[in-house]
Amino acid sequence: MDRYLLVVSTVCFLAAVVHTAIELRAGVFRPMRFNFFAVALGFIFQTAFLSVRGHQLGRCPLTNLFEVFIFLAWSVAAIYMLVGPGYRLSLMGAFTAPLVVLLQGFALIALIDVRHPAKLRANPWLEFHASISLVAYGVFALACIAGVMYLVQERQLKTHQLYSIFYHLPPLTDLFAAITRLLWWGFVLYTLGIVSGFFTGHPLPRVQVVAAIGVWLLYAVILQGRHLRWLAPKRVAALCIIGFSAAVTLLWGITFTAEMNPLP
Amino acid sequence: MNLFCIGLSHHTANVATREQFAGSATAESIVREAGCTEALLLTTCNRVEVYAVSHKRISTDEIARCLMRKIDTDPHDYARPFYRYEADKCVQHLFRVASALDSMVVGESEILGQAKKAYESARKSGAAGPCLHRLFQRAFRVAKQVRTHTEIARGAVSVGSVAVDLAQRIFGKLGDCKVLVLGAGETSERTARALVSRGARDLRVSNRSMDRACEVAQAVGGRTVPFEEWPTQCREIDILITSTASETPLLTRDKLAPMLRERLDRPLFIVDIAVPRDVDPSVNELEGVYLYDIDSIRSVAEQSLALRRQQVAAAEAIIAEHVTDFANSISQGLHHAARATEHPSLGENSLRASEL
Repeated sequence: MDRYLLVVSTVCFLAAVVHTAIELRAGVFRPMRFNFFAVALGFIFQTAFLSVRGHQLGRCPLTNLFEVFIFLAWSVAAIYMLVGPGYRLSLMGAFTAPLVVLLQGFALIALIDVRHPAKLRANPWLEFHASISLVAYGVFALACIAGVMYLVQERQLKTHQLYSIFYHLPPLTDLFAAITRLLWWGFVLYTLGIVSGFFTGHPLPRVQVVAAIGVWLLYAVILQGRHLRWLAPKRVAALCIIGFSAAVTLLWGITFTAEMNPLP
Repeated sequence: MNLFCIGLSHHTANVATREQFAGSATAESIVREAGCTEALLLTTCNRVEVYAVSHKRISTDEIARCLMRKIDTDPHDYARPFYRYEADKCVQHLFRVASALDSMVVGESEILGQAKKAYESARKSGAAGPCLHRLFQRAFRVAKQVRTHTEIARGAVSVGSVAVDLAQRIFGKLGDCKVLVLGAGETSERTARALVSRGARDLRVSNRSMDRACEVAQAVGGRTVPFEEWPTQCREIDILITSTASETPLLTRDKLAPMLRERLDRPLFIVDIAVPRDVDPSVNELEGVYLYDIDSIRSVAEQSLALRRQQVAAAEAIIAEHVTDFANSISQGLHHAARATEHPSLGENSLRASEL
């Protein structure tokens, strides 16, 4: 039954995507309230789903790949709701919604909602580790989206080909400032996630730990490069996309391994 | 009761013809001479139009005669470029004019202000009564709706406004931007003024002739930089506007690249208005540098215009809705107007009431 909440949530995000597509096609795109409200409504249904599922499980709903995808989509929407209006990145909703639709759509269609036969024991450290890491992934996802927006605008400015969407993108310098802030937030949260992983009381698979530290190092290098000014903004934006791709691959790997070798 | 519009514009007459009819008449004089109940004269550099209400039919020639500067000339010669719209067509035409669909530069913003001014002048003189009041108030509303609900006014279409628009797309607020004006020509001065009007405060002017540099610096509230020192400014400036008479490029990729290393995280926006160009085109390939020469600025302006033209259909749809709606109430409005003629000293309160 809880899946219906998710279907409604996905429809809300899909409405934002379709609306944006129609507007862009007509060449009259405006970063209107519709996107924000559609995302907000979708977020409410996501939260309701996670709440219902959490009550059923008696713990944080992060027990299989399906729930991980939904939690990640929820993080992305939550961070957008936090930073989008604050940084006047209203257009980010147009970029956020497709990502959420992809994540939730895949989770709903693929047969990955496999319930554990036995009720899992609550482990606060493990739940903190998983949830904080996923929120960090959500922040990195937003940094990735801001990176795409930066590259789109940069490309149009360089080639002198300005399309309707150009006039709705935030200024390059504002966008870059938002990317930097998101990277810092994500980095701090991700660090907390990695550190808390060592307190879960379970032996951590070496490959996962190495891969997680690899992703952490990649973001550390991006931030260091930004701080020391030897990475140009365009490269930082491109690295945000690469970094998030690496993080998602790692997330998939971790969840897949965890499902193969479930924790007691 | 007839509602009509008689006029001529850049579509039907050249400037020599238009100037024959601009400036001599007033709304009051048209009411008096042509025998209209109400009249309003809209005169801009691109059009001379009379919007009027009358009991009897007034010919185009009569209005042309009222507008004409040289009364000894045969009015029939001049009446040819005039167009005439009546009732619904007149309403539609005014809505199109106010929404800048009929303008030379589609979507320009001046026409709405000019229409408001013309209305205000006619109202004050008593030439505009309740019928024109309702018509023009609705026209202003339509124009606002068109601007809000379509992208008819999107993008800039002149050199100065394109430059400022792009600068804002790159830097956001211009208050913290450092601007160097290289070469104190008229266009660069205009562009600098446009930047100042949008908040730019730190302006430096460099020119071979120091006197002219001082003049421009004073005009835009900036300071002068000796011409020999301008290259070093590239380390710290954010916007460079250049328009010197140099025959060879002053700024090349090799000169600029080392300076950019010190400012990697800050974009540099260059507007090169000079012909021949002051900045080597390969500079645009450098990371973080956005170079726009006069052709690319024109191309952006044309893209903006194309974008605006795409919006005409959407704007026409909004106008059509309002024309139908207004047509339903116009007979009632004309009835009110007929009554108003019996009370020529109609005040502002009555006008407001008629609008309500």
